Amino acid sequence: MPSLFEHLWSHWPYVIYILLMVIGLFAVLAKGNLVKKIIGLNLLQTAVFLFYISIGKVDGGTVPVYWDERPDAVYENPLPHVLMLTAIVVGVSITAVALAFVVRIKEAYKTVDEGEILALDEADRGAPEAELPRADAPEPEGGV
Amino acid sequence: MIGFLTLALLVGLAIAAVRVRNLMTATAILGVYSLMMALLWCQMNALDVAFTEAAVGAGISTVLMLAALKRIGIEEHGSTHGPLARLLLRTMQEHEIQRRARGIRPERAATFAALLVCLLFGAVLLYGTRDMPKLGDPKSPANAHPEVAQHYIEESDTEVGPTNIVTSVLGDYRGYDTMGETVVIFTAALCVLLLLRHPQGRRRRS
Repeated sequence: MPSLFEHLWSHWPYVIYILLMVIGLFAVLAKGNLVKKIIGLNLLQTAVFLFYISIGKVDGGTVPVYWDERPDAVYENPLPHVLMLTAIVVGVSITAVALAFVVRIKEAYKTVDEGEILALDEADRGAPEAELPRADAPEPEGGV
Repeated sequence: MIGFLTLALLVGLAIAAVRVRNLMTATAILGVYSLMMALLWCQMNALDVAFTEAAVGAGISTVLMLAALKRIGIEEHGSTHGPLARLLLRTMQEHEIQRRARGIRPERAATFAALLVCLLFGAVLLYGTRDMPKLGDPKSPANAHPEVAQHYIEESDTEVGPTNIVTSVLGDYRGYDTMGETVVIFTAALCVLLLLRHPQGRRRRS
């Protein structure tokens, strides 16, 4: 059983992928601005791509295109490449829909900040704009 | 071996994109990040992915962000307290950590709660790498499976035809995946159109 340090040393790329993923997740969770959240989502996504392509890495491998002069060539695993091609395009679709939502929110609320949007919603429901709304507070009549 | 320098640059760019206040700058940094990523794909021998990342990730994504920013505005205001910070502060209240709960500003609470979740998440993922094969191991399950990767590499020349194995897998062996992808793009385009068209007499926050 290798020690923790030896393990991290031999798996160092995974550590960096996890770092990238955590940076993305942090942006999604901590940033109030919705565009920042989308940027974080993109970062998180690319970390997953890196992770997948790494699985298909083969030592001494070359690009998975047939190399006729070298019949003994070792090729990288083409399957993760294909899956990530699809995932990149799907990721852009997600970005596009998310941005459309943000533009729509900006039109309706005049802000794209998470906290301000929640405060506006509370004001709409007629609840007092308290610092900390209680979880067991009764819903006002005629609410949304 | 894949470039340590490229990965280090990627981490730096990611941190910069998250931290910078101006959203236009953040978008530009994200574009650079995407191009660096394309470079990394080249280093990892994933040329098709590099093409797609450079065209779609660095190109279309950035253009979409800029087009959206034109309507949204490029200034990021100070983060007010979102759901996560509220959850943290409420939990602290319920557990009667009153004195400290009052001392923490909501923005700080959001950062603190997010850091807590991120650290936990990162630790779990790091624990998960214990089961991962070493990078580049030709005998790892994903690379040595006789009916998937090995089959594609050995047989796609005769079974499908193209010189590029990735093309064969994309268009033939996993053709249904690609069809599903186009359905996703179609649905996304439909969503964007429905969200952004301007119906008559739209009410505020309706």
